[in-house]
Amino acid sequence: MSMPFEEHDYIGLSETPAMENSEKLASKGLNLKATELRLGLPGSESPERGNGLGVLKGFISGAKRGFSDTINGDSGKWVFTGNGGSDVDLGKNGALFSPRSVNGSGSEGTSLKEVVPPSPKAVHEKKPQISAVNGHGVAPAAKAQVVGWPPIRSFRKNSMAVNPPKSDEDAKLGSGCLYVKVSMDGAPYLRKVDLKTYSSYMELSSALEKMFSCFTIGQCGAHGVPLRDGMSESRLMDLLHGSEYVLTYEDKDDDWMLVGDVPWEMFTVSCKRMRIMKSSDAIGL
Amino acid sequence: YLSNTSTLSTKMAKSFPEEVLEHVFSFITSDSDRNAVSLVCKSWYEIERWCRKRVFVGNCYAVSPRILTRRFPEVRSVEIKGKPHFADFNLVPEGWGGCVYPWISAMAGAYPWLEEIRLKRMVVSDEALELISTSFCNFKVLVLSSCEGFSTDGLASIAANCRELRVLDLRESEVDDLSGHWLSHFPDTWTSLVSLNIACLGSEVSFSALERLVARSPNLRTLRLNRAVSLEKLHNLLCRAPQLVEFGTGAYSSELRPDVFSNLAGAFSGCKQLKGLSGFWDVVPAYLPAIYLTCSGLTSLNLSYATIQSPDLVKLVSQCHNLQRLWVLDYIEDIGLDALAASCKHLQELRVFPSDPYVVDPNVSLTERGLVAVSEGCPKLQSVLYFCRQMSNAALVAIARNRPNLVCFRLCIIEPRAPDYLTLEPLDAGFGAIVEHCKELRRLSLSGLLTDRVFEYIGTRGRKLEMLSIAFAGESDLGLHHVLSGCESLRKLEIRDCPFGDKALLANAAKLETMRSLWMSSCSVSFGACKLLGQKLPRLNVEVIDERGSPDSRPESCPVEKLYIYRTVAGPRVDMPPFVWTIDEDAALRV
Repeated sequence: MSMPFEEHDYIGLSETPAMENSEKLASKGLNLKATELRLGLPGSESPERGNGLGVLKGFISGAKRGFSDTINGDSGKWVFTGNGGSDVDLGKNGALFSPRSVNGSGSEGTSLKEVVPPSPKAVHEKKPQISAVNGHGVAPAAKAQVVGWPPIRSFRKNSMAVNPPKSDEDAKLGSGCLYVKVSMDGAPYLRKVDLKTYSSYMELSSALEKMFSCFTIGQCGAHGVPLRDGMSESRLMDLLHGSEYVLTYEDKDDDWMLVGDVPWEMFTVSCKRMRIMKSSDAIGL
Repeated sequence: YLSNTSTLSTKMAKSFPEEVLEHVFSFITSDSDRNAVSLVCKSWYEIERWCRKRVFVGNCYAVSPRILTRRFPEVRSVEIKGKPHFADFNLVPEGWGGCVYPWISAMAGAYPWLEEIRLKRMVVSDEALELISTSFCNFKVLVLSSCEGFSTDGLASIAANCRELRVLDLRESEVDDLSGHWLSHFPDTWTSLVSLNIACLGSEVSFSALERLVARSPNLRTLRLNRAVSLEKLHNLLCRAPQLVEFGTGAYSSELRPDVFSNLAGAFSGCKQLKGLSGFWDVVPAYLPAIYLTCSGLTSLNLSYATIQSPDLVKLVSQCHNLQRLWVLDYIEDIGLDALAASCKHLQELRVFPSDPYVVDPNVSLTERGLVAVSEGCPKLQSVLYFCRQMSNAALVAIARNRPNLVCFRLCIIEPRAPDYLTLEPLDAGFGAIVEHCKELRRLSLSGLLTDRVFEYIGTRGRKLEMLSIAFAGESDLGLHHVLSGCESLRKLEIRDCPFGDKALLANAAKLETMRSLWMSSCSVSFGACKLLGQKLPRLNVEVIDERGSPDSRPESCPVEKLYIYRTVAGPRVDMPPFVWTIDEDAALRV
């Protein structure tokens, strides 16, 4: 099934405008894909977003490893630049792999298999969502979460998440909501993500990539430089070239760690906040 | 503008010396009355503006700090609201705006005698807090409701510098909690504390500092602790503050020890003025009886973090015969609401929050029946916020007929577009009955399966409706048109995930200038329509919030992600982040 990612028009006519959209853009000669912030080698293709795998972009890079590999060998630590897991097949040609082939045995848990498309009833925000069937670790009764619904304030959600409701019935794991702040070096403000809407590091990094790409694109816009300008393209290419950023988090003991060290479930419980750091600052983690 | 149409009124106006008028005006406190007074004639406008002491700014971008300070030079108390309401549910991206610093900076110069600042949904930096603490020598009241952007360092500045502080209320703000040390910055000579609410803070404050603070504050009326304060220590505080009127516990759990229990019960019973209780995280039910002696005096009880079951809740509320406000989790269940209806005949406000909102199947036995029971049994019930998983038109009609005095009705059926569970029909008739019978209804939140018809009812019958929240409802533009062409008193309209688009908005564009604001997200309003609105209505700011990059990079027919429209006399914002666009009169896209 092909579900365009950009818009979710409530009436259900989304397919048409989105396709018009990309056709129009292509005809204008503006290939937005080339300027998207992606985590792979320049020239490598990421799989279509509408390939039924939901939001996963398969940014697993090839020969260019993330920062952690420089420092830690092949520890398989997850970094923002696209190291997917301990069993990543690096491939010599640097092509991006589809998510399927990656992370076969990662303890982070993979939800890369059949992803049931979100039910047409629940209109989702553009942000990545888990769907009802998304792999192990989530109670079967948990539903796909729509951003901001039901309308409960973060403070209340986080209070309940810290101490899941006690009841005589089995405690339902995976319920609740956990917003953590994500800051990025150089970005003017931070973002918040709900860790409970992701079930793996892959989903999380994909979402973060989308969220923070607007800074790089936005920065270009703010200076009045349109995307087509060679100057801004090369700036984006700089980011694509290198492993300039790594994703780190502060755990419950106030230590800063590289994201990916621990199994996903453990991470969601211990992560207090995240920071996308410049690789040069992350030495020593 | 001189609006005096009669010479008699002019003569009357001029015959009183200014001082007399000023004295008369000092009895006029409501904002709308003050505004009316200022419109009578030019001299009344002048007198009024020189003696207005309290100003409320409902939307920080509707007016600028300079306009405020220029018109009202003698203000002592300011209340400002920032982000739209849906920001509470993470629908407004971080960095959108609502920064208070420019206001503080302007007021620091203009209002050296400022005493009170109340902010809601604003971004407050530590620098802003520090500026507050050093600019206003008589500063007394700081209320930060659902604010963010500051840390405990900012609180330390307030504590250290505000010698006249009486109220520090951090209501549900998001604080960067570096440590609890800030509390120790209050000087030992400071004894004027009246109200302290630190319930939203995570880290532990020094208990001995807290104890000493309470001991030297004879005027302390409200104390809301945070979760980190343990139960065993509560009696130390309560014994030192028997005059407390409102108290919020910390984590209400401890090993079962008779001495701890008796200390606590004794301390509570010593607080003869206690009217409100809150807190109650992590409740151990065995400790609940410690508050039984206070129950008959309680008017307000917030158990919305208390994960206790229905039998314990029933035992508690059955003793609270004077209860006016109850906030509780759905653990209370229908059976508990029956007990509430039977025991609490003075109940005015009920809020029932979901204990487990993210599972499809109900985890508790709370249905529409509980709400119907309360509507039957509590004649003074005015305000309802109710989360549940099933609803019927019959129940809504019953509630409407039982309680025509409802002023605020917010129903959240957890599953979007859930129909009447008995008939599988839309809930149009039920909500229609609500707006028909409850003629004083000012605030309404809809949920469940709803067609355009419900909006016809609301448009025609919701004459006093001021705030309307809509989600996953309606079928076409006609729905929105009904609301915008009716609802004479509408001030705030917030909509998400509804099939409302350009036609209704453009046809009712003028209505938008009579409202404070309109929020629409995940609807079908095109960028082209936004441009048109922005061009045609210069006194509106039409903000397109879209994180997919510039709207110019997409066709004009493409729907925008989010739209926030508000009236303003301050012109377009100058502090917009890259994902917010407005359109000025030249139809130029402004970032």
